[in-house]
Amino acid sequence: MSRVAMTVNGRKVSRECEDRTLLVHFLRDHLSLTGTHVGCDTSQCGACVVYMDGRAVKSCTILAAQAAGSEILTIEGLAAGGDLHPVQAAFKANHGLQCGFCTPGMVMSAVDMINRYGADLDEKTVRENLEGNICRCTGYHNIVKAILAAAQEMGAAGRQAAE
Amino acid sequence: MYATTYHRASSLADAVRLRGSSEEAKYVSGGMTLIPTMKQRLAAPSDLVDLRHVAELKGISVNGRHVRIGAGTTHYEVATSAEIKAVCPALCHLAAHIGDPHVRHMGTLGGSIANNDPAADYPAAMLGLGAVIVTNAREIPADAFFTGLFETALEEDEIVVAVTFDAPERAGYSKFANPASRYAMTGVFVARRADGGVRVAVTGAGADGVFRHEGLEAALAGSWTPEAAAGVAVDPSGLLSDLHGSAEYRANLVTVMAKRAVAAS
Ligand SMILES: Cc1cc2nc3c(=O)[nH]c(=O)nc-3n(C[C@H](O)[C@H](O)[C@H](O)COP(=O)(O)OP(=O)(O)OC[C@H]3O[C@@H](n4cnc5c(N)ncnc54)[C@H](O)[C@@H]3O)c2cc1C
Ligand code: FES
Ligand code: FES
Repeated sequence: MSRVAMTVNGRKVSRECEDRTLLVHFLRDHLSLTGTHVGCDTSQCGACVVYMDGRAVKSCTILAAQAAGSEILTIEGLAAGGDLHPVQAAFKANHGLQCGFCTPGMVMSAVDMINRYGADLDEKTVRENLEGNICRCTGYHNIVKAILAAAQEMGAAGRQAAE
Repeated sequence: MYATTYHRASSLADAVRLRGSSEEAKYVSGGMTLIPTMKQRLAAPSDLVDLRHVAELKGISVNGRHVRIGAGTTHYEVATSAEIKAVCPALCHLAAHIGDPHVRHMGTLGGSIANNDPAADYPAAMLGLGAVIVTNAREIPADAFFTGLFETALEEDEIVVAVTFDAPERAGYSKFANPASRYAMTGVFVARRADGGVRVAVTGAGADGVFRHEGLEAALAGSWTPEAAAGVAVDPSGLLSDLHGSAEYRANLVTVMAKRAVAAS
C-alpha cells in the first residue's frame, strides 16, 4: 500500500492503494469517477482513455503509482459546468454514439487529436488516429463525422482546446 | 495482476540500486508491454523500478548526420521530431505507425528494443541503421544486440541509455501490419550509405526475431530500385509460421515490403 497523490480534473486528490492498482481503477473505485470505462484486458479498445499531463493515454495500462504527481483529465472534467465541450456536443449532434460504452474514450481521443492537428484534420487522419479506439456499435462513420465537425468548430483555437 | 512494489528512480545510479534490492525486480519505462504482460499474469515482478523520471534517458540530439536518441524517448516524440525528420524521415515514419496514439504517448524506444518482440518495429530500424545501443555499462552494436526471440545482449540489470547512429543517405521502412494488433506481420527497413553500403533488416518474419537479409542487400547494392528487390526470392526456411500467416506467405511479404521500403526511401 502506498499513498498516491495526483491532480484529477483540477482537484488535488490523495488515496491509499495497492501498488498494483491501475489508474483506471484508481479513478473508478477510489475516486468514484466512473465515466472512464474498461472495455478489454488487452490494452486495445481505448474505452479507458484519459489525459495525463496533456496527452491521451490508456488508463488501464498505467499504474496509479506511475501517474502519481501528474495532472489527469477525465471525461467528467471536460464540460464547463452545464455546457458540453464542443466535441461532446458534436458527438450528440452527429449521432456519434449508440450504446455509449466507447464514447468517453472516443471523446478524449478526439479532443487529443484535435489538439494535435487543429482544423487541419481530415478524414484519413481521423481514422488513423482512432486506431486505438474500438466501437462495436456505430461502424465509426458518425464518430468520424462528429470529430471533423468539432475540429471545424474549434478551428484555430483547436490546439489550446484541451487545456 | 499479482502484487508488486513500485519504486520511482530519480537517476541511473538510483535505478540500478533499486533494481538490486530484489532478484525479481524489473525496470518499467512506458509500461506498454510490461503492464499488459503483468495484467495477463505472464510476468510477476516483485518490484517495479520506474525509469520514466530519469533525466539521463531523455532527449534527442542531431549533430550533422549523427543522431542520438535517449532510451526514454517516446514513440510520439520520435514521430514528431523535426530534427530527426530532417536527416532520417524513415525513422519518424516507423515510430508514427507503432500501435496507436495512446500507446505512442507512453511507449519508449529503450523499452521496445530491450523487449525485442519478434514483431516490433524498432529492432528493424536499429539493425538497418547499424545503430549502436548505449547502456549504462558499454556500447553494443545492433548486430550483436538482438540475440533471439525476446532476447538481447543486455545483462539482467543493464539499462539502455540511448541509441546512436549516422543517418544514411537513403532509408525507408514498410510494414504489413497485423490487422488486429498492428504489430508487424512483416516489416522491412532498408538503408543505403553514401559509400554504396546497403543494409536490409526484417522484423515480424523471422522465427528467431529480427534479421538482415544478404540477398536483398546484395541486390539493392547493385541497383537501389524496387525492381531489384522484386527479383529476390526469399527462402521461407527459418521464417515464422503461425495462425496469421505461413512461412511461405511471410517470405513473399519480405520481398514486397522491401520493394515498398525502397520506393518510399
Ligand atoms: C495496443 C498495443 C499495440 C502495440 N503495437 C505495437 C506495434 O505496432 N509495433 C511495436 O513495435 N510495438 C507495439 N506495441 C508495443 C509498444 O511499442 C511498447 O511501447 C514497447 O514495446 C515497449 O516500450 P515501453 O517503454 O512501453 O516498455 P515497458 O513495457 O516499460 O518495458 C518493456 C521491457 O523492457 C524493459 N525495459 C524498459 N526500458 C528499459 C531500458 N531503458 N533499459 C533496459 N530495459 C528496459 C522492461 O524491464 C521490460 O522488460 C504495442 C503495444 C500495445 C499496448
Ligand atoms: S480498457 Fe484500456 S484499452 Fe481497453
Ligand atoms: S457506441 Fe457502443 S461501443 Fe461505441
